[in-house]
Amino acid sequence: MPQEMVFEKVVTILKPFVKAPDALAKVGMETTILGELKVNSARLVDVVLEIEDAFDIEVTDTEADKVSTVGDAVKLVMAKAKA
Amino acid sequence: MQSAERRVVVTGLGVLAPNAHGAAAFAGALREGKSGIRHHAHLAEAKFACQVGGIPEGVEALQKRYLTEEELFAMNPNMVYAAIAAIDAWTDAGLPRVAADAEPDWDTGAFIGTGIGGIDTIAEKLGPKVDQGKVGRLGSTMVEQIMSSGNSARVGGLLGLGNQVSTNSSACNTGTEAVIDAFLRIREGRALRMLAGGSEGHSKYIWAGFDAMKVLNRAKNDAPAEASRPLSASAAGFIPGSGAGVLMLESLECALSRKVRIYAEVLGGFVNSGGHRMGGSMTAPNATGVRRCIQGAVAMAGVRSEEIGAINGHLTATFADPHEVESWSKALGLPPDRMPLIHSTKSLIGHALGAAGGIECVASVLELHHGFVHGSANCEDLHPALAAYADRIPHRTVEVKDLRVIAKASFGFGDVNGCVVFRKYAD
Repeated sequence: MPQEMVFEKVVTILKPFVKAPDALAKVGMETTILGELKVNSARLVDVVLEIEDAFDIEVTDTEADKVSTVGDAVKLVMAKAKA
Repeated sequence: MQSAERRVVVTGLGVLAPNAHGAAAFAGALREGKSGIRHHAHLAEAKFACQVGGIPEGVEALQKRYLTEEELFAMNPNMVYAAIAAIDAWTDAGLPRVAADAEPDWDTGAFIGTGIGGIDTIAEKLGPKVDQGKVGRLGSTMVEQIMSSGNSARVGGLLGLGNQVSTNSSACNTGTEAVIDAFLRIREGRALRMLAGGSEGHSKYIWAGFDAMKVLNRAKNDAPAEASRPLSASAAGFIPGSGAGVLMLESLECALSRKVRIYAEVLGGFVNSGGHRMGGSMTAPNATGVRRCIQGAVAMAGVRSEEIGAINGHLTATFADPHEVESWSKALGLPPDRMPLIHSTKSLIGHALGAAGGIECVASVLELHHGFVHGSANCEDLHPALAAYADRIPHRTVEVKDLRVIAKASFGFGDVNGCVVFRKYAD
């Protein structure tokens, strides 16, 4: 799957949890999920579950802990999908 | 003014009932005797003996007007009902919403109870996943949906409440108890405003235990509107209901300073228990406890029995209805022919368990505010033990323009009682 498609899909998953619509309007690979999109940190668990389901991958807790930006999530999915 | 003398009034109403949403529509539904009891296929599929119940309609669309996708993601129907009723009560009281980046409203809290709580979430999501060894797939929202205080906690966040936020639980007395506790808290000067009432979901998992106890009416699956029959000779068990009723209680001083509409004044309230003694048990009330509760509320209210124009009873349609009416008569020291008008809101909406007291307090306040007593449906065949009270039990709505005082009581499993007295506000 091309990176643009993965990006779009990740943003779609994040969208219901975003509390900063302005940041979402100009979201990019460098946008931080907690800091800029203001996603409640407790909901990261749900975001990871939805990413696992959407891309048919498994994400370990250690891998999830390293995700800070939207780009981190996209790259993790790309790497996992290739493996 | 001494804090003990602080007067408490009702300045906002929120209700999501099986027969209406919103105070104005609910008042209309009560006035016209609209039933909210319907047949539900999912109960038939689950082989319930009682296949009718009261479930608020149109919530799927309604909830999206009140709550964001993320909020709904972490809410079961019990929480959604509480949220809609609480937001409505807040708005009805003329209060502006607290901005997300502002300080909370330190002077306003919430007592919103529930009887059963998030058992549907446990049965549908938590239990199956845990049993399948999939704890890691539960997501982040289980605790907030199954913790007993889930409904009030969500309301506290939605409205930015900074005073005490808690969920009480005393079975069918829950909503009434919440109103009384909130009244006392404001009276003590510990809060200026309290949202108070109860909520209950509609899941088959909430209702199944009652069906198994054979305390639900199984004889009217083909005639839902006739199924809830309090005070009748043919009463054969209650009909389960759901929804939420929330009142905004406020110190009179605060309400006057805000120049807002005052629906009614809370004059007094009393909560007690029969201790499973003297005929009381887990499922039956100690009649002496019931009488003491009513008398405690009336004494605190400082009204004479003759001043009470109507009783919105607990009256569920079990064997206890005639005993309850007799207890009212003894507690008030009034013979049957001089009793206030007696009626049951459950005849129209069923028994909403932990939400019942909240919804029925809203009904009582609306009756007082608009000057009517709604008809108690389905008791044309009045229970023979109540023959002497026949003239005091309206079958159709009656206009009572001089209705000044109404008493509302709830009696719950566990032998627990609550009674609150409302009066039309006067300077």
